[in-house]
Amino acid sequence: MSKGQSGLGKSTLVNTLFKSQVSRKASSWNREEKIPKTVEIKAIGHVIEEGGVKMKLTVIDTPGFGDQINNENCWEPIEKYINEQYEKFLKEEVNIARKKRIPDTRVHCCLYFISPTGHSLRPLDLEFMKHLSKVVNIIPVIAKADTMTLEEKSEFKQRVRKELEVNGIEFYPQKEFDEDLEDKTENDKIRQESMPFAVVGSDKEYQVNGKRVLGRKTPWGIIEVENLNHCEFALLRDFVIRTHLQDLKEVTHNIHYETYRAKRLNDNGGLPPGEGLLGNVLPPVPATPCPTAE
Amino acid sequence: MRRISGERATRPCLRVPSARRGDEGLHQRDEASQKMSKQQPTQFINPETPGYVGFANLPNQVHRKSVKKGFEFTLMVVGESGLGKSTLINSLFLTDLYPERVIPGAAEKIERTVQIEASTVEIEERGVKLRLTVVDTPGYGDAINCRDCFKTIISYIDEQFERYLHDESGLNRRHIIDNRVHCCFYFISPFGHGLKPLDVAFMKAIHNKVNIVPVIAKADTLTLKERERLKKRILDEIEEHNIKIYHLPDAESDEDEDFKEQTRLLKASIPFSVVGSNQLIEAKGKKVRGRLYPWGVVEVENPEHNDFLKLRTMLITHMQDLQEVTQDLHYENFRSERLKRGGRKVENEDVNKDQILLEKEAELRRMQEMIARMQAQMQMQMQTGDGDGGALGHHV
Repeated sequence: MSKGQSGLGKSTLVNTLFKSQVSRKASSWNREEKIPKTVEIKAIGHVIEEGGVKMKLTVIDTPGFGDQINNENCWEPIEKYINEQYEKFLKEEVNIARKKRIPDTRVHCCLYFISPTGHSLRPLDLEFMKHLSKVVNIIPVIAKADTMTLEEKSEFKQRVRKELEVNGIEFYPQKEFDEDLEDKTENDKIRQESMPFAVVGSDKEYQVNGKRVLGRKTPWGIIEVENLNHCEFALLRDFVIRTHLQDLKEVTHNIHYETYRAKRLNDNGGLPPGEGLLGNVLPPVPATPCPTAE
Repeated sequence: MRRISGERATRPCLRVPSARRGDEGLHQRDEASQKMSKQQPTQFINPETPGYVGFANLPNQVHRKSVKKGFEFTLMVVGESGLGKSTLINSLFLTDLYPERVIPGAAEKIERTVQIEASTVEIEERGVKLRLTVVDTPGYGDAINCRDCFKTIISYIDEQFERYLHDESGLNRRHIIDNRVHCCFYFISPFGHGLKPLDVAFMKAIHNKVNIVPVIAKADTLTLKERERLKKRILDEIEEHNIKIYHLPDAESDEDEDFKEQTRLLKASIPFSVVGSNQLIEAKGKKVRGRLYPWGVVEVENPEHNDFLKLRTMLITHMQDLQEVTQDLHYENFRSERLKRGGRKVENEDVNKDQILLEKEAELRRMQEMIARMQAQMQMQMQTGDGDGGALGHHV
């Protein structure tokens, strides 16, 4: 799931991450349509394949987040959506005749795009992350990082890290879920130094030094997306896809989902949902089979 | 001598004052007139060409007076935090307006309301003094609910107009300080896809009070194509919402071609997309102001990189026009509305105050009489009752 104000390059980044048009590209709707009045949730599912491994990827975009004059409680539709997915899974799980592979529409990872002001987080960012770090894995990402010079970037990252810490926001990888020492040292390094990742996304290719690279062409130079000196896109990609993808799913399943489940059962007096009061009616969500990325 | 001066009184006394001041003058004729008037106070100068009266010297006089008086300009900058407003102002005027800046963290910003900070700086260039006031609006657009963001700003603008109106209508009008906001730079974020609802609402609220110059901040985020697209999008949205931004006046037909061309270029580049910086970077062998990235250097003063030079040119060439439009259009609008609302004219305010005072005194007297009467009644009642209360004497 990618969230952040419009224009921060979310769609472009997701496309770059998966090197394919997985996000409904900005040119098709964002440029012509107006900013939506309420936060909408748009989920698109794709199946992508690499090396014989198929993955069912669902990208959920949230246009309209944080764009209004009054942004109070704009995170509520999102929180509701996430909880609905948990609810759906829970219902399937407690079913008497349940499927072998429960369709998993839960949100495994939320990329939160921070605007690169260079000063600090915005109050809206803080509020959002406070509310949602407890229900979903949040990975903060600094968008459009080509706005900042190297010193500004490191200063900004330090300030953001400090603010997140001071406000008690646990972003992924959460400290409390490190299982063994190896994980801990690795995650500590990532937490302390690299996060939040400052990224630049692009789906256009240019010729640099004889190779074709993804980048942005400006009058003063070409910004290479995969060059570690220019931005940390490669780090983000490796982190999310190559090393921690499974962990993201596990944390979602073992921790966030279990928390939700426990709360639901407690609310319902120890009874599984369905036998008692069930308020919400689930919206029709496009059924996506369980991703198989083993 | 007096007779001759009487005769000469019909001639415009242009040269005489200048001679008296002993100015070096910018005009040859001044020196000539000085010399001649020193010789013979009665013998006035022959004009160099027949039919030359001499009031062609008037612009020089105005120039000299204005230079002595100095210029005043108030610029307001509005935009979300982190868009580079302070850096841009510092770059534009090559000063440091914010020497000790503390940037608050996000948690502190939640409770903060919009504040108005006005800092004045006197800068001088080649003998011309400029008293520049920059009005900053920290806290704008920070809160989660920005509905009340612009109330503070609008009331500040109105207050300045009100103060000027009051001064103008006062008795002593010699030293009116003009603190009215002459121009407002509105910073648009380059990260979005055009104007945000807050941008539109704010601009619509102040376009009748101040000259708005929209500026796209941090333009080094955008490639050239993206920049063009964003500019067009912003212009479309401005038109769609009927926002009146400041329009550069067309060059007069008698101006030279260069100036006309320049004006045309400026008009085509609105809104200006700028990059601000005061750091000197070494690029291509010389030191330029810019931003150093791993992939290149963005030069602030390179017209191919951004519109900083255009913005500066516009501000400087049209500073006078901005002040005029503020005076003739926005201030007059404010004044007429205010006077209509006020009921009675402002000039009679003092007179009315006296009247009010008299009325109040009369009322006071009436009330005192009433009290005296009541006390007398009570006294009588008590007398009929107790025979006491003689001490209730009082003065009217």
